[in-house]
Amino acid sequence: MFKLWISIKKDVRILLRDKVGISLMFVMPIILVVVVTSIQNSTFQLVNKNKLPIIICNTDTGKASAQFIESVNKIGMFNVSQVPKERAKAITDDMHSKDALLGIVIPSNFSSEVNNKAKSASDKAMAAFSGQADSIKTTIKPTSASGIDPLTLYYNPVLQESLRFSIQGAIRSALQLVQTRETLRTLYYASNEKELPKSLENEMLNSNTTINMLPVSKDGTRTTPNASQHNVPAWTIFAMFFVIMSLGGSVVREKVSGSFIRLKTLPTNYLVGLLSKQLTYLAVTLLQAAVIFSMGMFLFPYLGLPALNLPSDLFALFLVTLICGWCAVSYSICVGVFSETQEQSNGFGAVSIVILACVGGLMVPSFAMQGIAKTMANFSPMHWCLQAYYTLFLEGGKLKDVLNNIGSLFLITIVIQFVTYLGLKRKNLI
Amino acid sequence: MAIDQPFAINIEHMGFRYPDNADVSFTDLNLKVEKGTRFGLFGPNGAGKTTLMNLMTGVLAVNEGSIKLLGKETGKQNKEVNKLFGFVPQDFSFYQELSPAENLEFFGAWAGLNKTEIINRTNELLHILGLEDVSNKPVGKFSGGMKRRVNLAIGVIHNPQVLFLDEPTVGVDVQTRYAIVSYLLKLNESGTTLIYTSHQLNEAEDICEQIAMIDQGKIITQGHIDDVLKAHNHESLEELFINLTGKAYRN
Repeated sequence: MFKLWISIKKDVRILLRDKVGISLMFVMPIILVVVVTSIQNSTFQLVNKNKLPIIICNTDTGKASAQFIESVNKIGMFNVSQVPKERAKAITDDMHSKDALLGIVIPSNFSSEVNNKAKSASDKAMAAFSGQADSIKTTIKPTSASGIDPLTLYYNPVLQESLRFSIQGAIRSALQLVQTRETLRTLYYASNEKELPKSLENEMLNSNTTINMLPVSKDGTRTTPNASQHNVPAWTIFAMFFVIMSLGGSVVREKVSGSFIRLKTLPTNYLVGLLSKQLTYLAVTLLQAAVIFSMGMFLFPYLGLPALNLPSDLFALFLVTLICGWCAVSYSICVGVFSETQEQSNGFGAVSIVILACVGGLMVPSFAMQGIAKTMANFSPMHWCLQAYYTLFLEGGKLKDVLNNIGSLFLITIVIQFVTYLGLKRKNLI
Repeated sequence: MAIDQPFAINIEHMGFRYPDNADVSFTDLNLKVEKGTRFGLFGPNGAGKTTLMNLMTGVLAVNEGSIKLLGKETGKQNKEVNKLFGFVPQDFSFYQELSPAENLEFFGAWAGLNKTEIINRTNELLHILGLEDVSNKPVGKFSGGMKRRVNLAIGVIHNPQVLFLDEPTVGVDVQTRYAIVSYLLKLNESGTTLIYTSHQLNEAEDICEQIAMIDQGKIITQGHIDDVLKAHNHESLEELFINLTGKAYRN
């Protein structure tokens, strides 16, 4: 125990004097967590509160286009501004000058085509009602396959695909509303020879069933996860693997300086040295997690970010963090053992943890992965840790819900430790 | 008791080759180093000096034959063997971020000393080797000579019976060389066997009593330094060295 204690003292001293290593292990991940959470939170705010800026150029003079613009406004997702119809060809320039992410040009025949399509639908309906569906011929021919010239929707490429699909869906629903309203009015007039009463129109159009979205958690709570709940655990895992920048380099320095060989000539098993490094850096990873979680809980609200709520099962959280930290430390030592120089260790270490993070679902959710990418995720320790954290932080899970993840993480760690042992043997270091 | 063996080192029919380097190998090598002597191992670059030293200290394992250190076989009884010797490698094999006192504390513990022994030996060695004033400063900022003294202090912290020295004075000034050589002679007077290797042949004449010259994995001459010089009719080790190993470059 005395040898282990002295070895831990040595490792802590070296760590505390490695200012660059400390800043990489603590300062950089903290900045990363704050920046990523802020960006994700801004995206959330942009869609839900700030609204997406959109420019509409209406080259049509009819009522339908005006109703369409009103419908787009009522969606609540867009901040609509209009430009004169002469700007139709220069709408992309206007998007740049007005910082608009979206632009729509309504074609000049929009209203007339909406009316024609409504008339056509109405005539068919009337014929169907009177049993003459086969004999009646509509006198109005639509000008395009769908009956209306397509709207042109311009978008800024910064908009992600998923958001673009949401926007397209919203615009389509506004378009559908205009078309449906006109068809109803025409049909009503054809059968009653008078205007559709406003109250009836509203009742018919606004009776859509509302969608009530509720998160499903394991503990039965209905708290909607915020950007902090999503990002803080994910980037904490990334931070823990950042110990490679200090620990990997430390192992390489020991090898290059000849300290390993000297230690081999002393009557102490090198496993004491490995244990010392693992305990020291495991404490570092736990400290990292504690600092980042505390920041999420107490500092984020002061930065205008949503506060992080810890899971109810704190023991499970500790256990997942502990095993994830152990895995990060084991991986760092393994990279250090196989690297010939500190540059190799730092370069390979940094790139490999980014790859592990990508594969593990930190950047793209693993549920969105397909085929080989989904299979590969199982080999990334970050994947199992992230799943465990999400179960605890987002789904209100307990220890029993993350045992599978902990088991997989433990297995990967044991494999890494074994590979490290083989590396030490092969290089004649133990 | 194995410690009462007359030989500090006893190499018998030793064979060794690197799996990936056929240039350095030993076949049926025999060498005996008496206890308490000052033994020098010399040879040109690539002759196998460092490899032989690594074999004697158990860093490398022999393929054939045996190496016994004070009667205990290296490779098989490493934990016991490792308590008997100290090793001062050519490289600065310690932690540059730590101070001399912190390095000595760590290596002392690994050498099997307890807390009190570490404190006492640290104070003694820092005093003898003139490192008291800088005992708490990081070694990384030291001059080459100071680092050599730290390297030596670590090798002897546990009072080893046999001390292996691989170029212990390379790159140091005259004062440091004098201090190190004086200390080594003093250690030998107190019973420590010195196994020394260097390219500083003038210094070797001051330190060594017994020598062996090796080249291409073979011992080409060995014995008491005066006897060897007399047998080959040379005045100095340098003349003998050139005569036996030639003037061609060695890589």
